[in-house]
Amino acid sequence: MEEIGNLFQGFATVIQPFNIVLMFVGIILGVLIGVLPGLGGANGVAILLPLTFSMSPTSAIILLSCIYWGALFGGAITSILFNIPGEPWSVATTFDGYPMAQQGKAGEALTAAFTSSFVGALFAVIMITLVAPLVAAFALRFGPAEKFGVYFLAFCSFIGMSKEPPFKTLAAMMLGFALASVGLDQVTGQLRLTFGFTHLLTGFDFLIAVIGLFGIGEILLTMEEGLAFRGNKAKMDLKVVLKTWKELPKYWMLSLRSCLIGCWMGITPAGATPASFMSYGIAKRISKRGKNFGNGEIEGVIAPETAAHAAGTAALLPMLSLGVPGSPTAAVLLGGLLIWGLQPGPMLFIENKEFVWGLIASMYIGNIVGLIVVLTCVPLLAAILRVPFSIIAPLILVLCAIGAYSVNNSTFDVVMMMVFGVAGYFLKKTNYPLAPLVLAIVLGSKAEEAFRQSLLSSQGSLSIFWSNALVGTIMGLGLIALFWSAISNVWSRVRGPATA
Amino acid sequence: MKHPIRNFTYSAVAAVAATMMIAPASAQKWEPTRPVEFIIPAGTGGGADIMARTIQGIVTKHNLMKQPMVVINKAGGAGGEGFLDVKGSANNPHKIIITLSNLFTTPLATGIPFNWKDLTPVAMLALDEFVLWVNAEKPYKNVKEFIDAAKAANGTFKMGGTGSKQEDQIITEAVQKSTGVKFTYIPFRGGGEVAVQLVGNHVDSTVNNPNEAVAQWRAGKVRPLCVFDNKPLPYKEQIADGKSWADIPTCKSQGLNMDYLMLRGIFMSPKATPDQVNYYVDLFKKVRETPEWKDLMNTGAFNQTFMTGAEYTKWVENEEKRHRDLMKEAGFLASN
Repeated sequence: MEEIGNLFQGFATVIQPFNIVLMFVGIILGVLIGVLPGLGGANGVAILLPLTFSMSPTSAIILLSCIYWGALFGGAITSILFNIPGEPWSVATTFDGYPMAQQGKAGEALTAAFTSSFVGALFAVIMITLVAPLVAAFALRFGPAEKFGVYFLAFCSFIGMSKEPPFKTLAAMMLGFALASVGLDQVTGQLRLTFGFTHLLTGFDFLIAVIGLFGIGEILLTMEEGLAFRGNKAKMDLKVVLKTWKELPKYWMLSLRSCLIGCWMGITPAGATPASFMSYGIAKRISKRGKNFGNGEIEGVIAPETAAHAAGTAALLPMLSLGVPGSPTAAVLLGGLLIWGLQPGPMLFIENKEFVWGLIASMYIGNIVGLIVVLTCVPLLAAILRVPFSIIAPLILVLCAIGAYSVNNSTFDVVMMMVFGVAGYFLKKTNYPLAPLVLAIVLGSKAEEAFRQSLLSSQGSLSIFWSNALVGTIMGLGLIALFWSAISNVWSRVRGPATA
Repeated sequence: MKHPIRNFTYSAVAAVAATMMIAPASAQKWEPTRPVEFIIPAGTGGGADIMARTIQGIVTKHNLMKQPMVVINKAGGAGGEGFLDVKGSANNPHKIIITLSNLFTTPLATGIPFNWKDLTPVAMLALDEFVLWVNAEKPYKNVKEFIDAAKAANGTFKMGGTGSKQEDQIITEAVQKSTGVKFTYIPFRGGGEVAVQLVGNHVDSTVNNPNEAVAQWRAGKVRPLCVFDNKPLPYKEQIADGKSWADIPTCKSQGLNMDYLMLRGIFMSPKATPDQVNYYVDLFKKVRETPEWKDLMNTGAFNQTFMTGAEYTKWVENEEKRHRDLMKEAGFLASN
């Protein structure tokens, strides 16, 4: 096996004291970046990119990719502790992670999140090692129609799964679509729904909406309930890690399924966000305890985190082999490669073997380093919740405002965040689910774009969505997911009388 | 907040230094006193982004500026966000912006309140070329065979490009006008994505920049048919199947009457003084001398024209007029 030989050479490159130090620095920086909402991994990597020009490309990519892993790990922390997702793909982690933290199980939730992140990433790296060329060819089959199919599947696997009435879910999702359509229409190049107001040119940034809806909305709700002193039962020792680890192996099937979803989404490249939502939606449907999802179920943390991390890792493959980044952070790394004189594309694996296998080896070791760093922090992080709410709430507010500001360096965004916060409060009070709204804001414009690109290439015929086996299968799965509750209803009615 | 004591120390040191060194001219020259913001009116990973980040790296590595350079992407509204930001920063000499053709196309297509005259021109760094690409599996080897195939397809031939009503679509319109062939133009978000859609056969042709498609060309996945310039490119280094950039014929010589180059230039905030403009002109002259910059020019097969001052302003003026005409003909102008 030539690949294995190359990989071991890669390990030899990576295990140099300087590179190991860079890994620790990168992971710690990455976790900090992931914790600060707004300052996402892409920004962090972009800021540090110029610092790396004095290093060898291999050392530089190790530092930057470790920041990337760190940010992926770090995104889960604020989601679980404060219900504020630092990154788009940690939104689904809040659904069960935050309730767990409220029940005093923050340590368990964090351990589960970090461990399943690690499992997802490891699975994706092994896949990259073994089948990289094959997988790259598969990614080429994804045109606009196939991409729309993937988004369609993500929306469908989500609809009807919430506890709220389907029409409230649908209403929330439509509101999200409406918000997503503000700004420049990518297909016609025209401005939409901006009413001549130049602040709206950029549309509604997902992060502003999420920080407002989840973070601020949550604080308002808690204040109404009289500054309840929550999470005081949080344990403060490392035993919680070992205890959770004993639990985790029994969810192997769930992990495997989430890994596969994640890898697929990362390669296509649809990215980590649809992966985490889709994985959560499917887990909820299949799990025996599915009805309890949303009330602090550990499976609801494992599913999205595994898939998000698998997707985040797999997204590097199309970047290296095709030159198409699967995530914003991968896009910045791509720029870095070009500056270092490396040309991402089919020839990179042939011409720059040392670099590619050094990077892949660093994914293995970087993730192990990452897991060690974040797990040792678990008791410390869980302890944050012991601070009284009246002290921590203002701090969260400040953190949210800084986060919202740093997305576009605009004070208007801070105002928007407050507006979203109030809207989030009222939506929660009236039992409208926030998740579909957020999902639609994140993926709405991408789905719309893919849909219209498909129709352009088919001269307006909808048959393009069934024009080959690949897209047909994805769309079919989507339709089954959409009507699943109806189908299972009919099924049980048909079966019901027969057994009775 | 200023620290009076430290300020005093600085001015004392400066006074001593000024009397000791007989260089009064350099003492008066303007220099950045705060970090310089370098705005990119486009997303991460695109051509402008790569160029700006390379410049930032060069400036940092070679210590060309005492203050740090901070790169910020403001891509919203097809770059309108970035342009309006610099427009609103009059009298702030610590803000510069790199431009692409959206300097003209965005305000013309969307009607946002912006014109390049709102900014202060600094320098043209280079011009980006455009090449007509097809998938290497396709039988057509030259422009004529390609156009014949497109004609036979009767309007269903798909041209992929970056953005809507921007440079790629303007070129497509011009090709249509010159040949009478109708294409279906499909806009994507970035040049890299367009190149992969071509390799995956989801579109039939593209007008990617050299930088965006070169990796696929080297792997033998795509084939260049012609370059939209008046003369062939000067780069003779072999890239794929024994061919170099210099071997690609011009589109004009192949009967496609269109030439188009995209500005990669620098502007700064309104109301900048000549001193401030000169500082940045000098800075970019130094950047152009570095080996890293030359590498970038080589891999991207750029047209290395450099212009400043009145010459640059005149060039931009002409380009604006040309874009207005091209977009008017294509019906791309904002209705209001």
